[in-house]
Amino acid sequence: MPALAPPPQSASAVHEEVLDNGLRVLVQSVHTAPLATVWCWYRVGSRDEIPGLTGVSHWVEHMNFKGTANIPRDQIKGIIEKYGGYWNGYTWIDQTTYTETATRDALDHMLFIEAERMRSCLYDPADCESERTVIISELQGGENDPEQLLDQELTATAFRAHSYRHPTIGWLSDLQTMTRDDLYAHYRRFYAPNNATLVIVGDVSRADVMRHVVKHFARLEPSDVRRRSSTIEPEQLGERRMTISKEGTTAYLKVGFHAPGVTGDDFFPLLVLDTVLTGAKGLNLWASFRTQPTQRSARLYQALVNTGLASAANGALMPTAEPFLYTISVTATDGVSLDRVEAATLAETERARAHGITPQELQKAKNQLRARFVFENDSITNIAHQLGFFETVASWTLYPTLAQRIEAVTIEEVNRVAAHRLKPTSRTVGRFEPIQ
Amino acid sequence: MIAGLAPTREVLANGVTVLAKRTSTTPAVTLIANLRAGSVHDPAELPGVAHFISRTIDRGTERYSADELAEQLDSRGVTLTASVTRHTLSLACTCLVEDLDDVLGLVAEVVMRPSFPVVEVDRRRGEIVTLIRQDEDNPAAVAVETLMSMLYGSHPYGRRARGTRASVELIDRQMLQRFHAAHCVPQGLALAVVGDIDPARAVDAARTIFGAWKGGAAVDVTGMSVASASGRQRRVVSMMNKSQTDIAYGFATITRQDASYYAYSLMNNILGQYSLGGRLGDSIREQQGMAYYVSSSLDANLMPGPLVIRAGVSPANVTKAVASIDTELQKLVDAGPTEQELQESKQYLIGSMPRTLETNMGIATYLQTVEFFGLGLDYDIQMPDLLRAVTPEHVHNAARRAIDPANATVVVAGPFEGPLS
Repeated sequence: MPALAPPPQSASAVHEEVLDNGLRVLVQSVHTAPLATVWCWYRVGSRDEIPGLTGVSHWVEHMNFKGTANIPRDQIKGIIEKYGGYWNGYTWIDQTTYTETATRDALDHMLFIEAERMRSCLYDPADCESERTVIISELQGGENDPEQLLDQELTATAFRAHSYRHPTIGWLSDLQTMTRDDLYAHYRRFYAPNNATLVIVGDVSRADVMRHVVKHFARLEPSDVRRRSSTIEPEQLGERRMTISKEGTTAYLKVGFHAPGVTGDDFFPLLVLDTVLTGAKGLNLWASFRTQPTQRSARLYQALVNTGLASAANGALMPTAEPFLYTISVTATDGVSLDRVEAATLAETERARAHGITPQELQKAKNQLRARFVFENDSITNIAHQLGFFETVASWTLYPTLAQRIEAVTIEEVNRVAAHRLKPTSRTVGRFEPIQ
Repeated sequence: MIAGLAPTREVLANGVTVLAKRTSTTPAVTLIANLRAGSVHDPAELPGVAHFISRTIDRGTERYSADELAEQLDSRGVTLTASVTRHTLSLACTCLVEDLDDVLGLVAEVVMRPSFPVVEVDRRRGEIVTLIRQDEDNPAAVAVETLMSMLYGSHPYGRRARGTRASVELIDRQMLQRFHAAHCVPQGLALAVVGDIDPARAVDAARTIFGAWKGGAAVDVTGMSVASASGRQRRVVSMMNKSQTDIAYGFATITRQDASYYAYSLMNNILGQYSLGGRLGDSIREQQGMAYYVSSSLDANLMPGPLVIRAGVSPANVTKAVASIDTELQKLVDAGPTEQELQESKQYLIGSMPRTLETNMGIATYLQTVEFFGLGLDYDIQMPDLLRAVTPEHVHNAARRAIDPANATVVVAGPFEGPLS
C-alpha cells in the first residue's frame, strides 16, 4: 500500500519559496503514484489586452509551443512523450498556464521546458503566420457552437468598460491584423519570473525539486511588467437584453448577473446560492466541469427540466480576480418557446431574490460542495492546477480553505446576496433564437 | 517481479462480476456498473432504445420515485452518470467512503429494478429529441454520424445511438421494460469498485446487494461481417450557417481480439495521435496551419471497428486538407513507420500507464475495459511486452491492410458546397 498522502487541502503540505528574481515556487509531495506534474502560471490573460490586440494572450500561448533558443522546433515533440507524459496549456481572462504530467523521472525535462518557455521562445515570423490560420480556425470552430456564440455576446453586453468584455480567443479583425512584433512584445513583457508561479506536485522530494528549479530558473531576468489597473465596470442601471437570430435547430437562453471576484465577500454565499439553484460543480476549471453537476433536486432543474420546458439548465460562478459574471444557461426543449423558458427561469431567480433559501437547502448545498472539493482533488494534476489557479486570481492560500469558507456561509449571507445580486436591474438576458 | 495493479476479481454465483481495487488518494470511492446492453441491441427498425434506457433507468425504481432518487444522491453530492456505447450501458459515480453502502444500494436499485414511469419516459423523450436536434446542427456530429452510416450501412455500428426523431417518438415504456429484462441481467453485469475501501469488503457488499438478483443469459452481438468499401465514397453535407467545416475520413478495420491489434494501435498513434496529432497533426496543423484540430482514432471492438480521421478546417482549405490526409496515409502505406517513430510511440504508450491508473475513475475504467475484452488481471504487466514485440514490418503491414485512400470514405459537413475530390 502506498503511504497516505497529506490531505490535499492543507496549507502545511505546501512548500512555498520565492526566488530572488521573483519566481514563486509551490511544491507538494504526493506519493500515491510514480508521477510528477508541473504547472507554470502567468498572471496574464485576455483582461490585459487592449482594443486592436484582443486575443494576443491566447495566440502567444500557441507560439510558446514552437521551439526555443535551446529546443529546436522539431525536437519539442517527444521530450515529454518519452516519459508517457501529457502536456497542454490554456489561456483565460486572468491567466495563461502550461502543464506537463509524466513519470517522475521526467521532472528535470519538464522544468527545463518551462524555463525555456519563460524567456527563450523564438517567434519565427513564418510560424506566427502559419499559426494565424490555426487560431482563426479555432475561433470558427467556436462559432459553430450556438451556446458559445451566445456566451460571447452576452459577456460583451453585460460589460461596457472592463476588459473582461472581449472573448479570450479575440475578435476576428484583430487576429487578421496583429503582427509578429505585437505577439513578441506581449510575450517579453509578461513572461518573466516575477509574473509567474511554478507549481510542482507528485512523487518528488522538496529538496530535489528546489535543486532542479534553481538550476533552470535562477538565472532568468525579471521583466518590467507595468501592469495597469483595469477599468472598473460602472454599475449597471437597468436590465440589458440581446438576441442572436441565426439559422439553427435549438433555442438557448443565458442570463448573466454581475458577480464578485473570488476575494469578494459575496463570493462563497453566491456559490452556495448557485448550488441551490443549479447544483454543485466545485471550483476546479480543469476537472469539475467535465462531470455533470449534482443537480437533479436543484431548483432550476426542477422548474425547467423536470417540467419539460428545458433539456438542460446550468449555472456558472467562476473564481476570477475581478468582478465577473454569474450565468445561468438553459437549453429549450424542442418545440417549447423561448418566452416560456425565460419566464420560468426569471421566476426562479425572482423567487430566490424575494424569499431566499431554506436551512435544508443550505445544508444540502454545503454537503454537495464538500464532496465535490474532495472529488476534484483526486490527482496530482488537479491539486497542482488548483494551487496555481488560485495564485493567479488571489492567492494559493485560499485553496486549502475552500471547504471552511463554504462551511462558514450562513443563510443570512446567502439571502442577502440573493436579494442584492439577482436584481433585475443588474441582469443581462441573452437569447439565441434559431431561424429554421 | 513487477507488482502491478493486482485488482481483486470475483464472480458471484449468479454471474455478476465484481472488480475491486484499493487506493488511498482521497476518502472517496468510484463505482462503475457496466451492463452488456449497448446500442447494438437496438431493434434494427427502432434505433435509440438503449440510449433511451440510459436517460430513464435512474428516473424511478420499484422502491423510489425519481425525486426520491435525486434527493438521495444529491444530498450526498453524488452525480450518477448513465451512458451508452455500442456494446455497454454504463452507470458511473463517485461518492465519499462514508456513503458507499448507501450509494451502492441506490446504484443496485437502479440497475435491477427501474420502473420507467410513463411521465418520466415522456419527459425524457423531449430531452432526447432536443439532443438529436442539437446534433443535427453540429457539423462535427453530422460528419461522424454520416461517416459511420456510410462505412457500416445496416450493420449496428452504422446506426445513431440516439436514434432518429421518428424512432424516439415510437419508443414507449413497454419497449424499455422488455429491453431491460432481456439485456440487464446478472451475467452481463461487471461492477468496479475503486477507492479507499478494502476489496474484500467491496466484494461482500456487492454480494449482499446483487447476490439474489436473477436473470437470463447475457447475449452480445458479435460476428456480424462488415462489407468492405469498394472505391472512394464521398459525401458533402452543406451547413451554410456554420463557420468551420468538419472532415471525417475513415475505414472499417479490426476487432480488439485480432492478433494485429497492437500493430494497429501503434500505427494509429504514429498516424494521428503521438504528441499533437501524430503525422497528420504535424503536416496539417503544424506545417500548413490549416486546422485547429486533427487526429485519428482506432475503435477496435467486439466487431471490426473504425479507424477515423477527423479535422476541423476553414471551408477554403477543405480540398487541401483532404489531399494532405490522402498524402500522409499513402506515405504510411508505401514506406511504413521509421524505427524512431515506432520506438517513440511504444515508449509513450507504455509510459502513460501510470497516468492512466492514477485516479479512481481511471482505474475503474481500465478494469472495465480489461474485463470487457477478457485481457486478464495482469494486463497492466503484460501490455508493455505486447507493444515491444511489434516491429516496423508489423505496423507497415497493418497500414497496408487498414488504409487505402482509393477506398476511403470521406465526409465533409459545414459551410462547404463541394465538390470533393
